[in-house]
Amino acid sequence: MKPLVEGAELDGFRIGARIHAGAMAQIYAVTFADGRAAPFPMVMKVPRMAVGEGSENIVGFEIEHQLLQVLHGPHVPRFVAAGDLGRLPYLVMERLEGQTLEAWIASYTGARKFIPVEDIARLGAQIALAVHSLHQQNTCHLDLKPANVMLVEPERVVLLDFGLSCHADYPDLLAEEFRKAVGSPAWIAPEQVVGVRGDPRSDVFAIGVMLYEMATGELPFGEPQTTGGLRQRLWMEPRPPRARRADLPEWLQEIILRCLEPQADRRYPSAAHLAFDLRNPDQVRLTERARVTRGQGFWVHLKRWVRAAGLQYHPSPLAAQQIAQVPIVMVAVPHQEASDLTLYTLRQATARSLGTRPGARLAVVTVMKPGDASSTDSSRSETALHRRLLANLRQWAQGLDLADHQASFHVLEAGDVAQALLRYAEGNQVDLIIMGAATHGLQAQRFVATVPIKVAMSAPCTVILVKQTLPFEQLGQAEPAA
Amino acid sequence: MKLALLSDLHANMPAFEACLAHAREQGASRLAILGDLVGYGPHPTEVVERCRELEQQGAIVLRGNHDTLDVNPVLTGSSWADMTAAWTHKQLDGAQREWLAQLPLTAVLDSVFLVHATADAPERWVYVQDEMTAARSLDAATRDAAVRYVFGGHVHQQSLFYRGSGRGLMRFVPRAGVAIPVGPHRRWLATVGSAGQPRDGDPRANYALLDLGAALLTFHRVAYDHGAVAREIRAAGLPLVLANRLEAGE
Repeated sequence: MKPLVEGAELDGFRIGARIHAGAMAQIYAVTFADGRAAPFPMVMKVPRMAVGEGSENIVGFEIEHQLLQVLHGPHVPRFVAAGDLGRLPYLVMERLEGQTLEAWIASYTGARKFIPVEDIARLGAQIALAVHSLHQQNTCHLDLKPANVMLVEPERVVLLDFGLSCHADYPDLLAEEFRKAVGSPAWIAPEQVVGVRGDPRSDVFAIGVMLYEMATGELPFGEPQTTGGLRQRLWMEPRPPRARRADLPEWLQEIILRCLEPQADRRYPSAAHLAFDLRNPDQVRLTERARVTRGQGFWVHLKRWVRAAGLQYHPSPLAAQQIAQVPIVMVAVPHQEASDLTLYTLRQATARSLGTRPGARLAVVTVMKPGDASSTDSSRSETALHRRLLANLRQWAQGLDLADHQASFHVLEAGDVAQALLRYAEGNQVDLIIMGAATHGLQAQRFVATVPIKVAMSAPCTVILVKQTLPFEQLGQAEPAA
Repeated sequence: MKLALLSDLHANMPAFEACLAHAREQGASRLAILGDLVGYGPHPTEVVERCRELEQQGAIVLRGNHDTLDVNPVLTGSSWADMTAAWTHKQLDGAQREWLAQLPLTAVLDSVFLVHATADAPERWVYVQDEMTAARSLDAATRDAAVRYVFGGHVHQQSLFYRGSGRGLMRFVPRAGVAIPVGPHRRWLATVGSAGQPRDGDPRANYALLDLGAALLTFHRVAYDHGAVAREIRAAGLPLVLANRLEAGE
């Protein structure tokens, strides 16, 4: 399409200054032509080519046109209007004020400084959660890179450019019978190289590349220009980040290299699992990956190369379905007035839930109230109590078969137990909460808002309230009158 | 225009009515019935009469292989398909059989081409079961440059075929109730599934709704009392396999 003229009117929008002229599209600031105030600043994106020309970038615009109208949540630009694709293709959406991750990384590399580890973890977790929210909407981004991640305000990360994305509810316009790689060479996942589209773990790989970049200032696989160069990531392991930056903690290297595993099923099974580790560094399970300081040897790479040569396309199941199979399960374990029977039934319920969900991750949580610790008695000091509670949680979990499940243990400190549990569940994208139906001697009651009732009512996910199995002699007795 | 597309009613009146009611609720302004009004099910006369009435009100009604076979059945055949055709033949009166026999095989409405099986050889009843057969049908129909959409039935499954970034067609299996953008700058072929005898494991009736103005296509699944229809099939003395099939949706 021809460039638009500033001041002109188009479908009810007044065209403002052109703020970006890319190879594929031009972006203009716009306002409502009738003078009505917009709820937020707006931009209009107009493709350079006409729809129907069939080239990849116009298909990309078509895909973005489809997806922006259906995606929702704080991690995508808010949608305003779309022009008819055949007649006048354009998209009007929220104008985002902020900095791209690319610019933010460049501000460090330009100053020859490393990004502090806490900032990498904090931002990495935010990006992972933003990506997870896409996956929950059955969409894989498939072109994640620092230029497409917008840091809008301290707590808001927005993902841009859905031109290569794949929404499982719609025909994939970029699919073809002879599959070829679609994506940005530096960040594309190995399975995308052979034409697989629609696996959420491809996005986990791209986040791994971005984390590697944030941690070291370098790209793990460079920017390959050839297909052969692209295929390298099917078998080659990147140089360990700690070899490039000595002060990088082992846990962060573990996280980054797990994201960059050539085989998707060796990566984090969902972006929420990745965010969880980034938010709980002390709970990251360290493996060989954490300690390697040199790349793998020739024989390992050769073996992988042979396996990669046979890698080919297979269709992926729905993204939302895939991540639903690897939920984060949180179990709230009481630490006061909890009978052995309570703890036992809670463990039984947890074992049952995990048994049906291989790949689920378990977060064992308890809440410590400020009054629980004593400032005078050193054996009951806050840190001592914290340590004791943590040990209790680990002991409680010993009866569980955790071979296939990653587990972590957390003592939260808060006055309001229900609030603390809810906030934790929300912040960590917990999919299922398991807790006792009775707390502190109170049975579940109809009118008393006990902790479990409060949690069940406002939880962002499913809650299982566990009731104690009654001893046999009580089973014959009549129910107390209600 | 919102065009409701129903196919393979197979003499199942409650499924037919459930789809019609659902389409009306969705604001359908036109109706196309893509053949196989009869065969398998217990209500051939009711379905034919209702279709004649709808045709007079402006609906497009096409002929399918069962509408052809059941008018001229192999009366001595011993397979359950032949037996069913003979049973259906007996239920219909002369006028109804005549009406079925004169139904057209194809129709064009704006940019929409309608056919029971495939556009390249409508009378050969080819199943659109892969990208190749879909491509032949789509190519034949779009020789008329105004045609953007081809709709058919016959396969008892809901699929949408489209061109991705390669040369060949791609097949997409839709999720019920999702409005899929089908822009007129592309060419599309869809099989709308069967209203009266679903075969993909879900016993609910199938149909599709095309919103031509908004270029949105929605595949729907509508629940109805399929158990009751299965009981009627058994009571009518039709082959048991037909009742079982309806209950399992297979």
